[in-house]
Order: sequence, then C-alpha cells, then structure tokens
Amino acid sequence: MADTSLSPAEARQSAERIKTSWFSALLYRSEALRGYLLMSPTILILTIGIIIPFFILVAMSLWTRDGFGFDTTLTMANYARTWEEPIFGALLQRSFWISGVATVATILVCYPMAYYVAFHVHKNKMMWIILMTLPFWTSYLLRVFAWKVILGYEGVINSGFMSLGLIEAPLEFLLYSQTAVIITLAHAWAASAILPMYVSLEKIDKSLLEAATDLGDGPVARFLRITLPLSMPGIIAASFLIFIPTTGDYITPALLGGPDGAMIGNFIQLQFGPVNNWPMGATLSIVLMLWISAIALVFLFVTKKAQDKIA
Amino acid sequence: MKNDAFISIRNVNKYFGSFQAIDNVNMDIGEGEFFSLLGASGCGKTTLLRMLAGFESTSDGEILIDGQPSADVPPHHRPVNMVFQSYAIFPHLNVADNIAYGLRKHKLSKAQKQEMVDEMLELIKLPGYGKRKANELSGGQRQRIALARALILKPKVLLLDEPLGALDKQLREQMQLELRALQRQVGITFVFVTHDQEEALTLSDRIAVMSGGKVLQVDTPEGLYEAPKTREVASFIGNMNFFQGTVRRNGSSEAAIETQGLGSIPISLEKVTKPDGAPVQVALRPEKFELLEEEPTGGHFVSAKMDKTAYLGERSHYYVTLDGKSEPVAVSSTNQFVARDDARWKEGEPVWLSWSPEAVVVLDAD
Amino acid sequence: MSARGDTGTYIKRPNRPLQIYAVIFLIVLYVPVLFIPMFSFNDSIYVRFPLQGFTLQWYAELWSRDAVWAALFNSVKVGAVVAAISTILGVVAARAITRYRIPGKSALVTFIMMPLVIPGIIFGVALLVLLSRMGVPLSLYTVTLGHLIVCLPFAVATLLPRFEGFDPSMEEASADLGENGWWTFWRVTFPMVFPGVVASLLLTFTISFDEFIMAFFLTGTDATLPMYIWGQLRFPQEFPSVLALSSLILFISFILVFIAQRVGRMGLEDA
Repeated sequence: MADTSLSPAEARQSAERIKTSWFSALLYRSEALRGYLLMSPTILILTIGIIIPFFILVAMSLWTRDGFGFDTTLTMANYARTWEEPIFGALLQRSFWISGVATVATILVCYPMAYYVAFHVHKNKMMWIILMTLPFWTSYLLRVFAWKVILGYEGVINSGFMSLGLIEAPLEFLLYSQTAVIITLAHAWAASAILPMYVSLEKIDKSLLEAATDLGDGPVARFLRITLPLSMPGIIAASFLIFIPTTGDYITPALLGGPDGAMIGNFIQLQFGPVNNWPMGATLSIVLMLWISAIALVFLFVTKKAQDKIA
Repeated sequence: MKNDAFISIRNVNKYFGSFQAIDNVNMDIGEGEFFSLLGASGCGKTTLLRMLAGFESTSDGEILIDGQPSADVPPHHRPVNMVFQSYAIFPHLNVADNIAYGLRKHKLSKAQKQEMVDEMLELIKLPGYGKRKANELSGGQRQRIALARALILKPKVLLLDEPLGALDKQLREQMQLELRALQRQVGITFVFVTHDQEEALTLSDRIAVMSGGKVLQVDTPEGLYEAPKTREVASFIGNMNFFQGTVRRNGSSEAAIETQGLGSIPISLEKVTKPDGAPVQVALRPEKFELLEEEPTGGHFVSAKMDKTAYLGERSHYYVTLDGKSEPVAVSSTNQFVARDDARWKEGEPVWLSWSPEAVVVLDAD
Repeated sequence: MSARGDTGTYIKRPNRPLQIYAVIFLIVLYVPVLFIPMFSFNDSIYVRFPLQGFTLQWYAELWSRDAVWAALFNSVKVGAVVAAISTILGVVAARAITRYRIPGKSALVTFIMMPLVIPGIIFGVALLVLLSRMGVPLSLYTVTLGHLIVCLPFAVATLLPRFEGFDPSMEEASADLGENGWWTFWRVTFPMVFPGVVASLLLTFTISFDEFIMAFFLTGTDATLPMYIWGQLRFPQEFPSVLALSSLILFISFILVFIAQRVGRMGLEDA
C-alpha cells in the first residue's frame, strides 16, 4: 500500500492522551441525560404551554370573580354552581349528545370508505389516502363557513331547491339548529375518522380471510366474524378522535348553532368574553375535561368487556 | 504477531437496568491478531464489541486500547473502526464518497483523497466502482465497501460485527478467505464477532468463547477444540462425549481415572491435579474413537453394541451403547477409504471401541 | 359480482356498490368546500342560487384593502416562525424518542400529542389565563406560542416515521468514522430525514396559517387572516369578499398540504 499518511495534526492527536471535559464525559456515559438534553426545548415549550397553564387554570377555577379582579380565596363555589344550576348540566348533556351523534354518524359513513380503500384499491393507495385526508389539514373555520353558506336561509340548498321548484319557501330548520351542527361536525371530522379505521383494516392479515372462506364462511359472515372485530381498535380510536375534540368545539356552534345548537364551548367563550367571569370559564373547562375523561374511561371499559367476550 | 496486550479488558461489567449483559470479563488482545468473540445470540459478544467501539460505556472495569484508557473517549475519537452488521452504507452518497467519508477531518487535498479511495477500491477488488450509487450494489459488495470505508482511516483495530451473516454460504466462505488474507496483508488487529463456530475456527488466531455475559475460555482454535476447559466450551465447539469418573492416584507417580463406561484410563500427571477420590469428567471427541470388528490385542478398548448409524456422505456417525453409560457414545469416522459395496456396521451388532488416552480431555465434574 | 377463479385473494372481485359509494363519498367530501370558490366568482352580493354571472370584482377588492394585506403578513410571519420552530423541535424530539432510552418517554410523547385530542378551546383558555396572570400582553407573540403547542404534535408525527425507518447504525458508523454529533447530524441524519423536514415545514405552516381557535383567544391588536375573516362575518355584505379570500386561502392550503403529503411519504413504505 502506498504511504499516504494522515496529516501531522491527526498523527499528533492520536499520540496524545485524548482529554474530554467532565461534562462531555457525563453526557457520554448517560444516555438518559443526552436524551433529556435533546428534548429540553420541547419540554420547555410543553411546560410553558401546557403544564403551567393547566395548573393555573385549576387554580383559577377555585377563585371567584370580584368586580374586575379575582377573589383568590379558594372555594368550590363555581363547581357547586355547575352542579346546581341546571343550565350547565343541560349544556353539557347537549354537547355530549351532539358530539355523540356526530361521532356515530361519521363512523358509520366513513367505515365503508376506509374499507374500500383498504381492500379494494390496489393502485395509487397513497393518492386515495391523501385525497381522503387533505381537507382535514386545511382551515376548520372555512370548512364550517362553507356549511353556513350551504345551509343558510338563502343558502345553497334553499336557493337551489327553490330555483329548481322543489320547495316554495326556504327550509328553516337547516341552519341555527342542532342538526346543522351535527351535519357540519360529521363532515368536518370525517377525515379524522377515516385514517385510524383505514390503518386498522389495512393491517388485517388477508390470509385470515382466506382461511375463513376455506372453512365455509360467506362474505357477510367473514365480515362480521373477522373483519369487524379486528378493525375494532381502529373504530375505537376514530371514536375518540372525533368525540373528544368536538365536545369542546366553539366555531361550529358559534357559526351555525344558534341558541338551540349552542354547546359548552360557546359558554366557556362567553365567560372569557362578555360575561367576564374567568373563574367560571376555568371551572367549566375543567369540568368538561373531567367529564370527557369519565366518558372515555367508561367507553374503554365497556369495549374491553365486549372484546373479552368476543375473543 | 506480537503479543503485547494491545487491547486490555479488565474486570468489565455491563448492566442494562437490572440485566447483566457482561459479567467480569477479562481479556487481552494482541497487536495484529485476528481475534474472534464466539457465542450464541445474547451472550454479550456484540455488547463487548460495542464497548470497544465506544457505543456502550462500561458499568465497571476498564478497557485500554493501545495503552490508553478508553473510559470517556467517545467513538469518534477512538483509533478504532467498525464494520456494522447491516453495513450501514450511506444511501445518499456514492461508493467513493462513502469510502472517503471519514477523511473529511484530515484535511487532505482532493487528489490525495482520490488516490486513497482508488487504492482501497483495488484492495477490495472493486476497481472503478467509485461513481456508483451505493444502494445499487449487492450485499457482498456493500460489505466490502464498509470494510474499505473503515480501513482507509488506518485504524489500529478493526471491529467486525457478524459481517458475513447476511451472505449465502458460498459467498460467505469466499469472503472468509478474503478477510483472512486481507487481515494478513494489512496487519491490523481484527476483533470479529460471530455465532458460527466453523467461521471462528477458520479465521481466528485466537477465540474467546462467551456465554451469558461471561468469557468461558480464550484460546487458539486447536486449544479450544482439543483442550476445552469446561463442559460448556467442549460441547459448544463440535460434538463431545462425556464420561463421569473418579480420580485414582497411586502415590504421586501414577494417576488414572476410573470412568463409567470406558474402564480405567491412565492419565498423565499434568492433566489431572485433583486428589485421589475426587470426581471428574472425561471427554472424548467422536473422531477419536475407532470401531473394530474383533477384540483388539493392545491399547485401550471396551466392548459395545452398535445402536444407530447415520450416513453423511463424507463421513458416517455411529452411536454405540456401552455398559455403565446410559447415553450412547457418538463415534465419527470418515468414509475416506470405504467403497460403496463394502460391508457396513449393522444396528445391534457387537463392536469394539478403541481410543488413545492422549486424546482424553479431563474436566471438572458437573 | 360474479366469483372468478382463484386469481389471487378473493378480494379481487370488484364490489360495484362500494365503488359507487366511494366516489360519492369523495364528491360529498369536497363539494361543500367547492361552493366557496363557486360563489366567489358570482356577480351578486347574495350567496344563493341562481348564479348571476362571472366576476372578479370580489378578488380585485381584496387587493386594495390594507387590512387584508396586514392580516396576510401577520399570518405569514406567525406561520413561518411556527413552522421553523416546531420543525426544529420536531426533529430533535423525534430523534430523542427513537434513539434514546429515556425514562418517562411515553409520558412525554403523550403530552406532546395532547393537542391532537383535547378540545382546542381548553388550550386556548389555559394559555390566556397564564399569560394574563403573568401580565404578558396579547400579541402575535402569544399567538405564535399557542400555534406552537398546536403544531408540535403534527411536526413530531410527521418526523417520527422518518427516524424510525432509519437504520441507527448509520449514525453510529458516522461517529465511528470520526464525526462528532454535530457533523454526523448534518452529513448523515439530516439528508436522510430531509423529506420529513420539508413535509413538516409545509404542514405546520399551513396549520398555523389556517388556525383559528388559539388565535381567537390569544390575539392582541394585530389580526391573523382567520381572525380577520371572523371579524368580517358579522357583515353580510362582506360575504362575497370573504368568499374570495377564503377561496384563496383554501387554494393555497390545499396545495401546500398536498405537496407536504407527497414529499412526506416519499421513500417510506406505505405509511
């Protein structure tokens, strides 16, 4: 081999003892430390943006309004109010109802689509996935606004049907109602539902279905006994991904809900806006989160029991 | 091949959480040696290799490379280079850029780098491949590029992590010979990790057999095969027959081992240090036995019965049962001078088993 | 739907009703949004059928409005900053998550991903409360912080698969060959995750650009584009120009996200 030696600097360095500072040594030894160092800016942002605000929110929920300021003596008065005054309970119930219906509707409508792409699309699957989920990444506000345009008193449906002679007077129930909110929510969150269900369906080992066919199952039986149970995790995930964010939705009920379709999100916003009762707003937020957690836990428990029974 | 301890591993332990991956390992590796770490998956050999490279730190103990403690030296400062099991060829660079990757720090001119790369390509027998995209090459070619990439930096030690595992048998055997020749040519210390005992035996100057994080024995291939120190090592490499026995001493001039199955075997005094009456095991490789039709007139022999035979083409394996031993004894003999029509051993036939005491290995009792 | 012979899996039989369903689904998914551009060219102040004729006046009018330009610049500024920071943090976090054994890792990941599941209003409200207690005035900076929280999970989610599909021995090989952490990152890691970085930048920019709820609670005097639109919604005569602006926003968002998705999935197995 020809002697193309390394540069003098390199040769010198290899001859010396290699010294490293105590900090570098510590970093080198501890993987956990290196990991945390890397994550530190992220952790900082999370602390400032989520953890600390959350604690202050809890604190504020225990305060009460005092003129333009706060009476910081800790009290559960706000929580008591949410329990006693019927409007809060009613609003929460309505919010969960609306979200629940929207969730069920979305899942029912989207499942066949997810099934189609998972099982019947063989070329350009990526394109289908992108097409299905694209709207979800764009402005939520604008997509809700689109429905306002469609459902309005002089909106697309009404004016369209009228000019086609299908109806004589505009349909009043379309806008500013619970129905409007439900339809809009279902449409807006469809993409969020499809992805987890698709992933779950895609993962099903096709040879399982072939085995079932071999053992005598027709298509309906195959679907009910194999495909559906195995895609359950995706359905459950999709349910959470729609239900939880929509319960606290503000934009949709604000634009289309009217008084009948108002949800807890509107009320929270009011507390921070015109009503100017921030502690109450904080309390409502916490109560909302508690209820969501409770419902989620119950749902998980029930589905787990059901799955145990099937398996 | 000098044997000053070029790499010293002293009392090294490594814990992952509560799991102990390396248990009090001590080892010396000489300069210019082809040294193998041999063991089954999970025995700790790769962990040990990674500690040499600097990707794992030691929990206790120290590792010295060329006299320098490596404790806080990160991988990019060590005079050590590694060939990874997956080869880790950079897909976004071509072959020449891959090989020249580590030269960036050394401030060489473009021409110098080019010359070194071309030299390497010659060495690994891929001349002119410089401009190719690294992704387009076969497994064997990528492995050689990984080698070149490491060797171009003239490391003091080359670490190889099961580099031939992904290759098919023929290519693997060819690469084994090439690797050996390369190591001789370049003269660098190679530390080679493998689970394939044949590979280790073929390539190595010395082998460290590992199991459960411990080093069982460090020896030359012959040493490991002919003189294993424990039952585990003995049965790890090749096949082995074991016989329980007791030491019998007649003063200090003679020693023998009373075995179950082979009778009394005289043993030279260097091989056995235990006192009279101590329990031991005696081990014999299958090929050290000879099968005879008639009772021999001299030497050591015992009568047996043929139990099963297996014809393997180049050799045949026989299993014979003896009095005093519950399991059959494995005997292996070549079919070197056996013609197709020659008479063969039949199952159930009486045979005579003969062996030489020198081939006997004495081990501690279980 | 006849049964063919055994040509591969049984699923090769086309299911006509399902196919039609799929097509209708996509139509229904996109059509509502398409009404916006449709009426943005309508020569009428009323958003209703029948269409009155083609006009570009609503778009032209936007051009002259200072408020629109101001809001646009604000959104772009915030979006760019959010995209840059969240992508950088996303790269670093994704690397830490896939490469290191960190105690408490799953708790960390859960926290990062929380904005994907928990109603946005809660984050907005919580941050508002914190900032007001700290005496920090609301401004584009506070909006940026809010958007960061919302966009970070998307950045991490985009980059995580890139790092997972990436043989860790590459980085080890680079270190072994003499490069320290910094050089290894630029010479090996970054080129290999680059498509993910581009996708993350585009995606987080778009999400921030379109984001409303955090901006709603955290905006000071400078409005982002969605806030501007919200303000205009109370004036029905402004509807057509709002439609025009929305069309532009939707158009840009769709393109950016489309590119992000294409680039983001490049080189990954069906992700």
